[in-house]
Amino acid sequence: MRVRHILRPLAAAIAAAALTCAAASAIAAETPADPAADAKAFQKYFTDKFPKVKYEDFVNGPYSMNEDMRKQWQEIEQFPPYEFALDAGKEMFSKPFKNGKTYADCFPNGGIGIRQNYPYFDEKEGKVVTLELALNRCREANGEAPISYVKDDMASLTAYMAYTSRGKPMSIKIPNDPRALAAYEDGKRYFYTRRGQLNFSCASCHVQSPGEHIRAETLAPALGILNAMPIYRSEWSGMGTISRRFTSCNSQTRAVPLEPQSDEYRDLEYYLSYVSNGLPISGPGARP
Amino acid sequence: MKKSILAATLLIAGVVPALAASEADFKAAYAAAEAAEKEAGQLRNRWTTTESDLKAAQKSAASGNFDAATASAKEAEALAKASIFQATSEKDRWKDAEIH
Amino acid sequence: MASTIRVRATATGDTTEVQALIQHPMDSGYVKDAKGQLIPPHFIQQLTFEHNGKTVFLADWGPAVSKDPYVKFAFKGGAKGDDLKISWTDNKGASDSLTAKIQ
Repeated sequence: MRVRHILRPLAAAIAAAALTCAAASAIAAETPADPAADAKAFQKYFTDKFPKVKYEDFVNGPYSMNEDMRKQWQEIEQFPPYEFALDAGKEMFSKPFKNGKTYADCFPNGGIGIRQNYPYFDEKEGKVVTLELALNRCREANGEAPISYVKDDMASLTAYMAYTSRGKPMSIKIPNDPRALAAYEDGKRYFYTRRGQLNFSCASCHVQSPGEHIRAETLAPALGILNAMPIYRSEWSGMGTISRRFTSCNSQTRAVPLEPQSDEYRDLEYYLSYVSNGLPISGPGARP
Repeated sequence: MKKSILAATLLIAGVVPALAASEADFKAAYAAAEAAEKEAGQLRNRWTTTESDLKAAQKSAASGNFDAATASAKEAEALAKASIFQATSEKDRWKDAEIH
Repeated sequence: MASTIRVRATATGDTTEVQALIQHPMDSGYVKDAKGQLIPPHFIQQLTFEHNGKTVFLADWGPAVSKDPYVKFAFKGGAKGDDLKISWTDNKGASDSLTAKIQ
């Protein structure tokens, strides 16, 4: 049948591509991980791409990319929609558990002004620990049931903790531990890997197209993208955490989301936060 | 040459729907789709559209429409296989996009 | 219990600008919950702003207004120190009100 004429060159092309990929990955595998160099290059990419944007402004996502949106946002910030969650979070944070202890007992400095240090690599556990994970672990350690990672109470608590760190620079550490480096590299890999039927990676939108539109949304730059979390999104008519954003981004590319706080998400948060080191915490935030 | 390929394609496309799918056809197609989706799951790379096709296949089968059920199951299998291909081919391709 | 109303009113010359954020679910009655059940309508029906006993803003709301509504408007008159009263009633018969000072 004549159809074979089409298949043969196609097969050859795929084979050639596979060989090139194998060669490329062999070369890439030889270069050791250097997070500090990555972060420097990452930040330079965005500051070069947007020379008019002030460094600290990158944490404001789409508002750093679009003047009209910024004006609307500044108006909204006079009466921030996250205010209710913030007040609820403050109340929740100081309310004792059934055993009399509070969240403050689980965190350094009583949980105040520490958000910028999360996530961190726990050398005992050998894994990345995020703020959301630490909060639920605190609950469970004190006889309370864990709460949903994506919204409501978790959003209120992280909103309050972020608020107490407002202005502090993101300060993620990667200890001299091969497991920490591996977690960082895994996060980086996740960030750049295409997924979902729509075949987008996080980078497709947030590295290649910040400031541009996807439907009616203005895309935020990846630099500082977690600094404003948790956020009140008009689209959600409510608050959402980092877990909510990761899972919803997945489903938006038609990828079945993983469980919140899966290893991949923890590592992704580790990578994204680390490469934004130095940028101020601005959470909780408001977004379209 | 193009005309004969077109004619051949149309002929094949015309022939297939004329053969109605049986429940056995559906079960085989669904099993194949499920197996592929399971593999995609192990690669942590399932697609939402695969899942909805599988659900649609079950729904059609439940109402006795095995033609639609088999078609959905076959599409689910194709999507699942594509997601497996994506997981394996993108495993190293990401480095091309990395900022250096 | 904390008020559902947050307000800021500023007088400049002969105009007072008012901003308010009201905490309310504003359920339209058309949305289904996770179980597929319709969430019953629960929304503010009337919102009133009064200055010196006179209504300066009256809103008749329905299901089209979103959760936690934000309102911004300006009215002629009003001076620093004057009282501004905000009140709302909803379709379930609930209500809330707050009196704030114009700044």
